[in-house]
Amino acid sequence: MIKCRMAKVHFTSNLRRHVDSPAVECEGATVREILDEVFKVNTRLETYVLDDQRAVRKHMRILVDGVAVRDLTGLTDAVLSNSEVWVMQALSGG
Amino acid sequence: MAKRILVSTRKGLFELGRGRGGWVIKADHFLADNVTLTLHDPRDGTDYAALNHGHFGIKLHRRDKGKKTWTEIASPKYPPKPEGLDDKDGWGKPVNWTTQLIWAMETGGPKQKGVIWCGTMPGGLFRSSDRGDTWELMETLWRHPDRNKWLGGGADIPGIHSICVDPRDADTVRVAVSCGGVWVTTDGGKTWAQSAHGMKFDDGPSSEVESPDGQDPHMMVQCAADPTKLWVQHHAGIFKSVNDGKQWTRVHAKPSAFGFGVVVHPADPDTVWFVPGIKDEKRIPVDGALVVTRTRDGGKTFKSLKKGLPQKNAYDVVFRHALAIDDTGDMLAMGSTTGNVWVSENQGDSWQMVSSTLPQVYAVRFA
Repeated sequence: MIKCRMAKVHFTSNLRRHVDSPAVECEGATVREILDEVFKVNTRLETYVLDDQRAVRKHMRILVDGVAVRDLTGLTDAVLSNSEVWVMQALSGG
Repeated sequence: MAKRILVSTRKGLFELGRGRGGWVIKADHFLADNVTLTLHDPRDGTDYAALNHGHFGIKLHRRDKGKKTWTEIASPKYPPKPEGLDDKDGWGKPVNWTTQLIWAMETGGPKQKGVIWCGTMPGGLFRSSDRGDTWELMETLWRHPDRNKWLGGGADIPGIHSICVDPRDADTVRVAVSCGGVWVTTDGGKTWAQSAHGMKFDDGPSSEVESPDGQDPHMMVQCAADPTKLWVQHHAGIFKSVNDGKQWTRVHAKPSAFGFGVVVHPADPDTVWFVPGIKDEKRIPVDGALVVTRTRDGGKTFKSLKKGLPQKNAYDVVFRHALAIDDTGDMLAMGSTTGNVWVSENQGDSWQMVSSTLPQVYAVRFA
């Protein structure tokens, strides 16, 4: 029997300082579908990752299997059933 | 007399209280985080704090009366931008429909328990009727065609930084916009009209210098006891109105009329304080000496108040929300870009330094 696998979504410790956001496993064909699954159960987390128009915030970055997501507004980049998704941020400022 | 002062800084919120020897830092909150503004609601004792996490966006926190802990609540959120809408600001740049700064927070009228107003960058005005649990964009102002004339001044994008809820009628609300003049509603937000007539810049084409829509009021205040009188610290100087903001006239002040903050005595519309800098292109105190200027005659004359303030090598700038007055009109407090905080208990005649080592101060409020 083939075991059904799911993509795993990770968040950085910088984000976890503000919102409880452990790594989770989700099903979905695109980054949008994956994140929608995450935000369904963690609504506060969405406002930290996406802006009011549901685009990726200016200094946030999403990587799928080590490759940066290119469609930052539509989030249509493909996710495979065994992908590793990382939601990250740049660190800047004085 | 106010018992607490909330100091919002680049690296946290500091709460001051009065000890035996004067005002001291009693508590800190959100250490290392960027706290840009607070609001104390005297109707129910609630404190609100606005944070700008940069990467993670703008957040609002609330602390109920007497409680020690803060709870994150909803932040003002813009509705989905209609697809294909060509929405540009006065510079011609596309407007990002996302809250990028909470730049003003005020309570509604005394009988409107739970009503909070919030001004933001890029220019949206929001209203909550449930203590910030939910927010509603004031669509009538946001969709006003003249909003597309608004533009960023010191910041890249326009924003609402001053909200005056009229003490005579809470359905009358005035907001000041950098840069977009002054807007007023007298029907609770159903309609809005420009109200910056008389303000002017010193330089520029004649068609522009007096255009109300391009004016840059840095801060606007209204006298509680005589609400017909309003004061504005403008980019190009000081302006006052004695007729509900219908017309504004210039006021001249020494050593300078440039600055950001302004406060008016709650019981005397002719007593007003400013913190001057040299000029817009030189935003430092004149001659390196920090002073607060006070008029007691409606702007005919000004006195420079300097006792307790540094008079040598001082390069403090007091931002627009970083000069505050309490309900009695006797106490003032201010914080500077250099991390200095001062309190005066005698209308500015003398100042006590509370700290010289805080992070850059964005806002000071009595609570």
